[in-house]
Amino acid sequence: MRHLLSIEDIEREDIERILGSAAFFGDVADRPIKKVPSFRGRLVINLFYEASTRTRSSFELAGKRLSADVLNVVSSGSSVEKGESLRDTVATLSAYGPDAIVIRSPHAGAPQLVARWSPAGVVNAGDGKHQHPTQALLDLYVLRQRIGELAGRSIWIVGDVLHSRVARSSAQAFMKLGAEVTFAGPPTLVPPELAALGCEVRHTLDGLGDADVVYALRLQHERMREAFLPSLAEYAACYQINSRRLKARQLLMHPGPVNRGVELSGDVIDGPQSLITEQVRAGIVVRMAVLVEVLSGSHADTPQVERLTPEPQLA
Amino acid sequence: MSLHSQNGAPAEALLREVRAFDPRAAIDEVSDVLVREGEIAQIAAPGSIEPPAGAEVIEGAGKHLLPGFIDPHVHLRTPGQEHKEDLDTGTRAAAAGGYCAVIAMANTAPVIDEPALVRGLVAQARAQARIPVGFLGALSVGLRGEQLTEMALLREAGVLGFSDDGKPVVSAGLLRRALQYQRLCGGVISLHEEDPTLSGAGVMHEGPVSAELGLAGIPSISEATMIARDGMIAAEEGGRVHFQHISARRSIEALRALRAAGARVSGEATPHHLLLTDVAVKDLDTSFKMNPPLRSEGDRVALVEALRDGTIDCIATDHAPHSREEKMVPFEEAPMGTIGLETAFAALYTDLVVPGTLSLACLVERLTAAAALFDLATPTLTVGAEANLCLVDLDASWRVGESGYESRSANCCFAGRELSGRVLLTLARGQIAYRERTFALSAA
Amino acid sequence: MPETVVLERDDIARALRRIAHEIAERSAHDDATLAIVGIHRRGVPLARRLQPLLTELQGTDVPLGWIDISFYRDDLGLRPAAPLVAGSQIDFALDGATVVIVDDVLYTGRTVRAAIEALVAYGRPAKVQLAVLVDRGHRELPIRPDYVGKNLPTARSERVNVRVEELDGVDEVTISQERVLA
Repeated sequence: MRHLLSIEDIEREDIERILGSAAFFGDVADRPIKKVPSFRGRLVINLFYEASTRTRSSFELAGKRLSADVLNVVSSGSSVEKGESLRDTVATLSAYGPDAIVIRSPHAGAPQLVARWSPAGVVNAGDGKHQHPTQALLDLYVLRQRIGELAGRSIWIVGDVLHSRVARSSAQAFMKLGAEVTFAGPPTLVPPELAALGCEVRHTLDGLGDADVVYALRLQHERMREAFLPSLAEYAACYQINSRRLKARQLLMHPGPVNRGVELSGDVIDGPQSLITEQVRAGIVVRMAVLVEVLSGSHADTPQVERLTPEPQLA
Repeated sequence: MSLHSQNGAPAEALLREVRAFDPRAAIDEVSDVLVREGEIAQIAAPGSIEPPAGAEVIEGAGKHLLPGFIDPHVHLRTPGQEHKEDLDTGTRAAAAGGYCAVIAMANTAPVIDEPALVRGLVAQARAQARIPVGFLGALSVGLRGEQLTEMALLREAGVLGFSDDGKPVVSAGLLRRALQYQRLCGGVISLHEEDPTLSGAGVMHEGPVSAELGLAGIPSISEATMIARDGMIAAEEGGRVHFQHISARRSIEALRALRAAGARVSGEATPHHLLLTDVAVKDLDTSFKMNPPLRSEGDRVALVEALRDGTIDCIATDHAPHSREEKMVPFEEAPMGTIGLETAFAALYTDLVVPGTLSLACLVERLTAAAALFDLATPTLTVGAEANLCLVDLDASWRVGESGYESRSANCCFAGRELSGRVLLTLARGQIAYRERTFALSAA
Repeated sequence: MPETVVLERDDIARALRRIAHEIAERSAHDDATLAIVGIHRRGVPLARRLQPLLTELQGTDVPLGWIDISFYRDDLGLRPAAPLVAGSQIDFALDGATVVIVDDVLYTGRTVRAAIEALVAYGRPAKVQLAVLVDRGHRELPIRPDYVGKNLPTARSERVNVRVEELDGVDEVTISQERVLA
């Protein structure tokens, strides 16, 4: 796989191969030497335009455990902060000869642009509210480990779907493996158009009991300022996943970080049904597997990248 | 005089064996057309006119001669953003698209909100414009929507009308005052309709595609509610308003209701809203980012129907040049707009006329109808009229952008498309404004 | 493409028995625990067959493991695509053990190098030895086998095919010509 830009782009067999590699790296993590020498001397650049300690550090560790050199470029305190365009930044970083660029951007489609402008393999670490494919893959990995095949399983994604790249990419990933996905949340945050993704759309938690997996999303406080919600208390009353709503046979997921007492009650976060810690742990091994994908291969068939310096133009 | 361009030599030309086609004048015949001193001097049976001494002979067998097009809505980016377009390149692009006049918006840098700026622009157009340009003045100072511009003085300085285009007139009260002032100074008020509280931070049409991409959407009602509001104010004040780049089915419904209620309103639609939908945005190509956004297929079909039945009066390109660098950014960060002057006729001909959705007569009518709306003479192929016309090869196909653009910018939403219908020659205000390169060479 | 059979079912069984005896003999003078580790893929069934033979000869249970060397290869970046990984399993202590790595064919030595590296990630064996069913020569690294089923001089243009019942439905070793591109 040349790049990982979107769950939509990848085939089921790619997913299976990545989950297979991730499982291998899961074992590696239990050994005294937690590293494989696969990509000694290769360079992975983490280009992060959004603060994200969790995703950035798991990519950093993933790169290091593959023996690659990892360079972190984060928006605070570097030229990406002030004025320099994405294109110029990519041109500058490309001069270091990276083999892979991991990009997190507040703008949808930024990873696609980086892939056009750089010869490196590109991994989307979250673009705007669009896609977060490595999160989707780690969610698959965790569910596979716990319940095996997803075909025919019912997964409810509850909360602020509208503003969630996790909801979009994870729903697509679950459906690729045959699960049925339901989006549930207030009408302002779960508009009917989301059915275009192939999911069912609901505005109450009636029927939540039929779900095999309940995936709660983080609710950002700024949604109230933007009038999507009257109050967190009302949201919690209608949509909070708590021990009253979550049945014993159901599993609970959340992309983190959790707003305790808002989308999830404290007791379910630490309860036996919660996969939240496993999701965090899976982050490293799945991202190792994803980096293997983009770092492997000779890419002799790589199409010509777009020239970074335009042809001189006649006025 | 309300249109401004360079003063050149009036054309002396014999267009031989062209199919003269002017639906408004009920002309559709293969003829020889003689242009003398910039006027249509004679139209006669093919082969019957001897070329007068000094007249250029243009062989037009198999080609259509149409009245020149009028675009009520272009951005020529002058003053202040000449890296995107200027009066020379912008009018060259217009002439290449068969246009014989364009109306430029006031959202330049600085904004055209003072009479002195208008006089400066008029002087510049006289020096540089290849085809006549009319200018709109801003309706509010700085397009800020707070204080009216000196509308009467702006009219004296030469503006055709007023527009805050690029931005809506948010305050109903301000628009009402402007319409009251219109009784004094005349001039069409041309409105970009959008409710900012509904558009929010939207970057594309709100619908299934925006939901899938996770992009903030601009709902159709953002436009429709403002059209309904402003049309009612115009009706109440007896004023005349023109609705720019109508994009949504609900807006058309609002426009029909206003007409039925007797409001003096008109509307334009762009080739991109008539031909493309939000599905084009799926790959996040910034060429497809415009405001109003490309809407749903239902909206598009309704728009084509409204163009056919006359609810939409005319076609406007909303030609909006942006530099490569400005558009080579993530979709959400990119400026809105597409260029359109060079492709309008061919794109509409290829996608609406060739499949039989729209007649060529209707297309030509809608491409020229803006003249009457802005109190300009409508281009026609009748004897004695000033030569405002274009020669078109309907069968010639070409790939958009393949040999560059006359415009300084290349942000064209039809780039790479194979289109039928090539403009070979344009005469504007009696002067030759454009010759297609290969056609000019073959003639020579 | 014609294939010449060089080892049949019984030859393979005999070769493995002989290797088992040699391993047992050598480890007789050794205090370290003996363990065998197959290299994925065809080293694994061969190791599985050796294990009961050794257990019998030693009189104690000889632990068995297997390793996937995909991520230890030196040519990951040169291969057309990402590897399909089967996984490793070594659920016994390696420290101080004598480990016999088992593979089907020894050729350039690069696989064995990768296997040694993969192995030492699990611990520090006292000794690492190598058992192969076929040694076909053409080493590119200073690696030699300790136990060999059959030495098979080949040309580089030839291909050695090891088939095992568990994966291929038949036990045999054949030689064929490498496909030559016209």
